[in-house]
Amino acid sequence: MTFTKQSPWQKTLSYAALIILTIVVLGPFLIGLWTSFLPTMDIAKGNFFSTALSFNNYISAFTKTPILRYLGNSLLISTVTMFAQLFFCSMAAYAFVFLKFKFRNLLFGLFLVTMMLPFEAEIIPNFQTVKSLGLLNGYGVMIIPFLTSAFGVFMLRQSFKQMPAELKEAADIEGLNHFQFYGKIVLPYNRISLLTLAAYSFLGSWNEYLWPMLTTFSNNFRPIQNGLRQLQSEETFNDWGMIQASAAIVVIPTLIVLFVGQHYFKSGMNEGAVK
Amino acid sequence: MFVTKSIYEVIYVSIVLENVSKRFDNDPETLTDISAEIQTGEFFVIVGPSGSGKSTLLRMIAGLGSISGGEIKINGRVVNDLAPKDRKLSMVFQSYALYPFLNVWNNVAFGLNARKIAKVDINDRVAKALDMVGLTEFKDRKPRELSGGQRQRVALARAVADDSNICLMDEPLSNLDAQLRIKMRQEIYNLQRKLGLTLIYVTHDQVEAMTMADHIMVLNDRLVQQIGTPSEIYQEPANEFVAQFFGTPQINLLPAVKTAGSQTSLDITADFALNLNQSIPATEVKVGIRPNDLTITDSSELNANAVVDNIEYLGDETIVYATLNSGSAVRVLVAGQANFRSYQPVQIGANGKVMLFDSKGQRLHLAKEAMSYA
Repeated sequence: MTFTKQSPWQKTLSYAALIILTIVVLGPFLIGLWTSFLPTMDIAKGNFFSTALSFNNYISAFTKTPILRYLGNSLLISTVTMFAQLFFCSMAAYAFVFLKFKFRNLLFGLFLVTMMLPFEAEIIPNFQTVKSLGLLNGYGVMIIPFLTSAFGVFMLRQSFKQMPAELKEAADIEGLNHFQFYGKIVLPYNRISLLTLAAYSFLGSWNEYLWPMLTTFSNNFRPIQNGLRQLQSEETFNDWGMIQASAAIVVIPTLIVLFVGQHYFKSGMNEGAVK
Repeated sequence: MFVTKSIYEVIYVSIVLENVSKRFDNDPETLTDISAEIQTGEFFVIVGPSGSGKSTLLRMIAGLGSISGGEIKINGRVVNDLAPKDRKLSMVFQSYALYPFLNVWNNVAFGLNARKIAKVDINDRVAKALDMVGLTEFKDRKPRELSGGQRQRVALARAVADDSNICLMDEPLSNLDAQLRIKMRQEIYNLQRKLGLTLIYVTHDQVEAMTMADHIMVLNDRLVQQIGTPSEIYQEPANEFVAQFFGTPQINLLPAVKTAGSQTSLDITADFALNLNQSIPATEVKVGIRPNDLTITDSSELNANAVVDNIEYLGDETIVYATLNSGSAVRVLVAGQANFRSYQPVQIGANGKVMLFDSKGQRLHLAKEAMSYA
């Protein structure tokens, strides 16, 4: 990239454009956050510039609704899904890169094919399957279909393939078996890709909506996104302030994952392996 | 160095290659009929141009590539089907192959840890190895915080910390700049001598081969061209390829015919004849003369047998590039600063050692060393 010196005019223009875009993108988010501190009466009246800010909505969200239960459900489901995907995808990717077996490329092609169908298109057969397995309305139904992902395998395979071949050869000479090489070299070497996949699968699972809606019917297992919807539909008088507060709470894990992730997604971590 | 071995093993040959060949799928053979004996404790250099199969051969010794034909023996044991780790050797890669997420200490200790050696032993070995390459104070750094030469030293330390007496190196210096290369060359040589390592070193650089090796194997065109000590290779090259590969500037190879009516005289051109100290066994030969065995003198246009093309002044010597009247290019090495200029007519002669090659490029075996006198 080349950086050419901008005239003050150009600078002003580009910053103005950036600021406008920022407002467009962040606006709804900020309005949501702002209203979560307002009393519902003010929101209903459209009195958005009220000064009666308080944490009351948050307190009532935690005390009057099962939101904690929803959060716990989601946390459990997302964490298990994340670790399962890391484990299975990295193992599968390892096999596709470092093991030689018949039909390896054909099999990988089949993996890719599954990525070409959107999940929504597979919902009916999937639903039939989990129903026959008797998994409906439980944690299992929200975890088991997502234990692994073709995208994760694909992403990690690309990452593993880019490892210098000499590392494998050096490991062979030093006498590492496959599990040692996988655990001691491949995983640490590709930790950035693994972290990316972890963030991706955690957030994917956290934001899952359609599938839990179809397969869960009780508050005991309902994850947070569906819980929010439930809150809204259960209340005869919609307590918008509280719903906004719940929505703000729901976003927190996403923000944490992204901020923590950002720290690790620095390039140059693997510099110095070769050359 | 860390393991006691029987006297038998120490004294005798470490590695034997017997008619080794390599063929990749659907390709013509990459290596044919490679045979060699590598003595315990010697510095053995495999040298050849790119694509000559030298790295392939090294990888076969290491066990990283399969052997298509022949046998490789290490310490008296056929290792053709043995996994790399069971061959008890260490290897230094051109690209170093360091683990970027481990610090220097753990990089060196890595292989030892994987083999479940006692912790005390590991600490001892790693400390010694780092001390030997002078990296003790860098032990907590990551590879990315080291310079190229330091990374290279970590790779060396890793090979040294290993208890195997055989070390393979695949062009370990080719990523370093010229100055550092000379320094590391000496360090590797000293390390090898100090530890009595049996070292097989692959390079494309004839200078590295000449300066470090006890024995050199010259590979080209799938075949071993010659195996010998550096001086044998330089003084008595087996064929034209070896003669051309070693020595800078390159040897002059000039076609010549036996002068009619003489047994000891050769004509390179009508006006450039060589008088040898013995009879010549073939009528058509190629004469190899090192640039420092040619003489060059200023001459009138009438007596000249060559014209100067250009001159490279190297400080204490000068290379003069000239074209003989027959059209062949020659290189002449002159001591000091020679006063020649382009297009100057000169008289070129040979006064010293010459080599004769037959029409197939093989060295002609003569009764005694061939000398030419003016």
